[in-house]
This record gives sequence, C-alpha cells and structure tokens, in this order.
Amino acid sequence: MRSDGTISIWFFIGVSLLVNGVLIFLAGLYQLSHPPAVKVVLYDLHASVWWGAILLIIGLIYCIRYNPNRA
Amino acid sequence: MMNLGMAMITADRLVRLAPVDLVIVVFYFVLVLAIGFYLKGRSNTGEDFFLAGREMTAWIAGLSFLSANLGALELMGWAAASYQYGILAAHWYWIGAIPAMLFLGLVMMPFYYISRTHSVPGYLKLRFGEASRALSAICFAFMTVLMSGINMYAMALVMKVVLGWDINFSIWVSSITVAVYVTLGGLRSAIFNEVLQFILIWAGALVIPVMGLIEAGGWKALQLKVAQNASVEYTHLWSTLGSFKDNPMGIHWTGIVFGLGFVISFAYWTTDFLVVQRVLAAKDLRAAKMAPIIGAAFKMFVPFIVILPGLLGLAVLPMKLTGEAAAVASGGHSYNEVLPLMLARYCGPGLLGLGITALIAGFMSGMAGNVSAFSTVWTYDIYKALIKKTAADAHYVLMGRWSTFVGVLISILTAYLVMQFLSIMDYVQALFSFFVAPLFGTVILGMLWKRATAAGGFWGLLAGTVSSVGMWAWVKVDPTALRYVALSSDAKDMAENMYRGLWSWILCVVVTVAVSMVTKPKPESELVGLVYGATEIPSEAEVPLYQKPVFWAVIVTIVFIALNIIFW
Repeated sequence: MRSDGTISIWFFIGVSLLVNGVLIFLAGLYQLSHPPAVKVVLYDLHASVWWGAILLIIGLIYCIRYNPNRA
Repeated sequence: MMNLGMAMITADRLVRLAPVDLVIVVFYFVLVLAIGFYLKGRSNTGEDFFLAGREMTAWIAGLSFLSANLGALELMGWAAASYQYGILAAHWYWIGAIPAMLFLGLVMMPFYYISRTHSVPGYLKLRFGEASRALSAICFAFMTVLMSGINMYAMALVMKVVLGWDINFSIWVSSITVAVYVTLGGLRSAIFNEVLQFILIWAGALVIPVMGLIEAGGWKALQLKVAQNASVEYTHLWSTLGSFKDNPMGIHWTGIVFGLGFVISFAYWTTDFLVVQRVLAAKDLRAAKMAPIIGAAFKMFVPFIVILPGLLGLAVLPMKLTGEAAAVASGGHSYNEVLPLMLARYCGPGLLGLGITALIAGFMSGMAGNVSAFSTVWTYDIYKALIKKTAADAHYVLMGRWSTFVGVLISILTAYLVMQFLSIMDYVQALFSFFVAPLFGTVILGMLWKRATAAGGFWGLLAGTVSSVGMWAWVKVDPTALRYVALSSDAKDMAENMYRGLWSWILCVVVTVAVSMVTKPKPESELVGLVYGATEIPSEAEVPLYQKPVFWAVIVTIVFIALNIIFW
C-alpha cells in the first residue's frame, strides 16, 4: 500500500496501538501506586499493565516497520 | 467533544469513564477523521471513490470484508444471543459463515471480478438485464439504510447504558463522523478505517474472554457454572438439535444446516454488496479470491470475543438478564447489556476506554460499510441507470459524496424508527430473509446455469422477495401459521427466519428455472465473463502451493470441522 509513496494503513494502526498502549500502561502503573476504592473483578492481575505493554510493543514495531520516512 | 460528552452524562449508567478513557475515545475519533482527510485527495475518480482504485491487497480486502460485518449486530447482538440461546449462537459464525465465505472466494469471485462490475446489482444487469438490477438495487438500498439505522441505535444504546450519554448525542456524533470520513475518502477511507477498527475491536474486546475464563476457572468450570445457572444444553453446538423442544433456540438441525448454513449464510456472504464490495476492491483476481478466505480464517475466532462473553455472563454475573420489555418493567438489565456489563466487570481506567472504543469502532465500521455500499448502489444502479444515464465521471463522484451524506441522514431517521422494535437481532434476520435469500437464488443460477434467462431471473427474484414478505406478514397476522412456515409451533423467531429464507430461496429457484425454460436464453457469446462454462478462469498452475487460495481454503475447512466436533 505504499509503493506510490503514501502512508500505509499499517502505520496508522501502529500509531493507534502505540498511543493506546502508552495510555493504558501508564494508567495501570498509576493504579498500582494509587489503588482505587472500588476495584474491578480480578484487579490483582493488573490487566491494564500487561495489556498496555503488549499493545505498546506491537504498536512500536508497526510504527517502525511501516514508517513512511523509512527507505 | 469531551466537554460535551461530559455534559451529557447522567446518573443512570454502568460505569464512569476516567479522563484517560475519554482521551482514548477522543483519540480514536481524531484518528479516523485524520485518515479521511488524508485520503481526500485520492478519491477523485469513480474507480477511486467507489472501488478504492481496485488496489487493495488480499489482507486489507479480507480484514475489511470481515470488519464491515463486525457492526452492532456482531458485538452487542450476538453476545446477547449467546446469553439467551447459549453456544448455538456460534452457528452464525461457523456453519453460518465459513462455507459461504470459502465458496465466495473459490467459486463466485472470479465472475464478480472478471465481469468488472461495480456492484452485485451491476452483475445482475450484465447477466439478467435492467429490470433485475433495478429490483435488487432498490431492495438493497432500502435494506442498507435500515441496517445502518440498527447500527446507530445499538451504539447509542451502549453509550446510554454504559456511560449514561444521551441517545441523541451518540447517534449524531458517530453518524456525522462516519459521514465525514466516507464522504471525503470514499471506499478507500472506509476500508482503511475498517482495518483499523478490526484491530481495535480485537485489542479492546479480547480482555473480556481472557479475564472471564480466568475468573470462571477455565472452559470445563465454565460449562458447569452455565449448566447450574441456565441449562446443560447451553454449551452444546449440535447434540441438542434433534428436536425443536430440546434447545433454547427452538430450532431443528435442518433449519441450521439448510436454512442458515446454506441459504441465509450463502445469501449474505456471497451477494450482500456491503461485504462483496470490499473484495471487489482487491488489486487482482488472486487477491480477490484470497480475501474471503482470510476473512473466513479470522471469522472462525470472532466467537471468542463475542459468544464467549455471553456464556461467561451466564456463569459469573450476579444478576439474571432478561428481555428488553422485562428489563424495562423491572428496572433490571437486558440481554443486550451483557457485553457492556462484562466490560465494566473487568476493565479499569484505560482498558475501559479501549473497550468502549472497540464497541464504537464496531458500530462505526458497520455503519460505514452500509453507507459506502448504499452510495455505490444508489449512484451506479439507481441514479445512473434510471435517472441520469450519461454524465461525466466527476458528476457521479459528486453524486457519490452527496448520497453518502444523505444516506447517513436517512439512517439517522431509521435509527429513531428502530427504537420502536424490542429485538434488534430478530428484526435484522427478518430483513435478510426478505431480500438477500431470494437474491442468492438469482445470482447463483446466473453464475452456474447458462440456460437462465433475463425473464427467469427477474420473476424468480420478485417471487422470492414477495413470498418472503408474505410469509412474515402471515405469521404476524396469524401466529398459528408458524407451524407451517417454520415446521413447528415451538419454533422461535430465529428459527422462523431461517425457514422463511429457505422457502423464499426455493421459490425463487423454482420460478427462475420454470420461466427460463419457456423463454429465450442469451447467446453464449454474451455470457463470457459472467457464467460458469462460458468463462475462462485464469490458471494458477505456476503459483506455489502455499500461495494458492484453494490450499488455504482446505486449511480453514479442517479447522472449521475440528471446532464443530470439539463443541459438539
């Protein structure tokens, strides 16, 4: 999709996953240091931290792989 | 938008979004609009605007093909259906989708693609003439705006239940966003956003089954809990279908296999232009054949994020969900709320925002799919065919942009009409059997039988559609007619829809064959590129085995059979 110099859809997806991953990961870390009064079920698994980290890593890979400035 | 959204919040809601959740939701809206604006300059010709330049890879066309179907119906409706009917709802993902998607890729796509048609009604024009095209185009346009309205209503319902947002606010914000990005970038913008939405849906929704299975203690423990809270039949796919009375859906295996697995499924996945349009945008024939197979591979695993949450709801939710009317009367929660309830159960700040974004993305992809398909059919098969036959390409592109906008407005009006109906799912199934099941009879005969004539195609399609509406009206007026239409007075709405689709398809085929036998067929030279036996399909002999569509279709078939046996 970028043979004609345009931005690949996979780059947009990378940006989306990266931004969401960072936000969720940071929100998870904040909850670790400031536990909420009302907790979700299975709070102790800290899903936000590991799920945010997974999205962040995948998003970063896609952003680098499909960076429109990359030769 | 954030401030406006905050202002719309009322006290009556499942969850309260944290600032980080709102940032995630707003970021999604910004990104889809940015994609629309970015692609604005690449949709200047009709081929660009309506068929995305026919340059999509198999992966993009395949994911878009599936994502256009991942609308409100999929996310909210089927999670609700699995709570209500158990794992039987998975039939709509497996036997009700996979064989048809593979058939589209291997058998039907060559004819759609080689004929260079812009749409499914366009194929009917080439094969059966103008009358068949006009009938199917008008029916399709009517159906798509209704479907779009259903999407909007479902999304607004989620926003109201989960966030307390005003239902009007949700409808207008989402629909205007879709109108902007589809109007600007055409099908390319819709496809790009659908791929993005597909990824976000998985990223946001996958947390629920993972956490749910951990809480329930695994699949076996889940089965035990469901058996305690509902019935043991809720976790069996086939073993309860021997009798109408033995399963929660009130359906017989013949209805699932022939009504759903053959007629309704093949009709939807092979002739509904909403999904077929995505594959027509593929860059070459091999990509067009691979796209539905890639879609089928992913489709098999969608129950993990849709059906499983419904079953988990049966197992772990402390309250009993009911139908919409009972929920309103008692102040409790309805089946349709099971997915948001599960989301609220496991997702804290951040994850909740992503989950809400996944729901919004699903609704918007469905809406965008309907609107872009409506725009194409309106412009090429109604406006150009019946109103203004000769005009410059730029004129039709402009009409495409305007019809996108008008289609959204009609959908909004439809959304307000849909609010009057209690069951979203059954309503949609009824629509499918009205229009799409007979259409499949016409298209499949047109592709595989050279003797089918223009008159046969038109009268068969008309007879099938009219009979379907007639059967629906008959049962509405006289509920005891259910024992004739659905073969049992114990049949539920979904079973009735399956059988109505089956009968209307059979009638369409019978009338098409009968009329064709007494009318003059087209000469074979006019059927080249349109019909099996008169069309030379390009050979794939030089392509390695692992690049052949049939190889991957076999792999998907093996997994499909295994899943049905595992959950028998």
